[in-house]
Amino acid sequence: MAERYSSFTPGGTGWLLQRITAAFLVVVLAFHFFQLHFISHAAEVTFAGTQARMSEVGYFLTMVLFLVTAAFHGINGVYNALVNQGLDGIQKKVVLAVLTIAGLALIAQGTYVAVVMAGWA
Amino acid sequence: MSQSYNRGLIEDFGRWKEFSAGMWAWIFHKFTGWMLIGYLFTHIAVLSSAIAAADGQTMMVAGESVDAYTGTIQGLEGLFIVRVLEVGLLAVAVFHILNGLRLLMVDLGIGLEAQDKSFYASLILTGVITVASVPTFLTGVGL
Repeated sequence: MAERYSSFTPGGTGWLLQRITAAFLVVVLAFHFFQLHFISHAAEVTFAGTQARMSEVGYFLTMVLFLVTAAFHGINGVYNALVNQGLDGIQKKVVLAVLTIAGLALIAQGTYVAVVMAGWA
Repeated sequence: MSQSYNRGLIEDFGRWKEFSAGMWAWIFHKFTGWMLIGYLFTHIAVLSSAIAAADGQTMMVAGESVDAYTGTIQGLEGLFIVRVLEVGLLAVAVFHILNGLRLLMVDLGIGLEAQDKSFYASLILTGVITVASVPTFLTGVGL
């Protein structure tokens, strides 16, 4: 028997975007982890090294897209988990607004940090 | 085609003894998801020390003056507990990825009869990858 535990409405936009961002995140997260823990090590990270990486346009764009997709995937996941928990009515709208603001603030701050790292601020 | 299934209120954790593999997978996926989004906010907060570094702010690490970004990251990485938390983060991320791929298969109706086995496989593979990564994460740090 096909038992569904998913919090998402099958075929909905949220469901589809959650899958598309997941596919992207699997690849970029693997790259991110390998680069900063196995190729170079997190303990050896320096501002100069970070500036050198981030000033490459391709790396900068990948990292900003990584941030946007991760923020969307996480916020959308949390929202759906709460809806699944029984969130409804005005509370549902308030939670969506708060999560959206938190997500946008995270993207704004992260993008600004990336711009500073690249030396373009 | 998938069909809806009345799973009852899983959020009532008093029912945990009744949980099947699929319910545990669902709970672990939520738990790891909460951890990961929490980490993302923390990660950006730590990396924001780059703003101070670009502004010329410095700090002392092991008796040497370094920029605020390098000092913050190397200071954190010098702590044993941070390295242990990093291994935990890897475990959480690997499980979330493997179980996410499994969920995609379930949603697409592929291998439904093996969904219990694929959950156990996700757990075992997460354990193996996590253990294998320990030497890399604990390099150059003492208790």
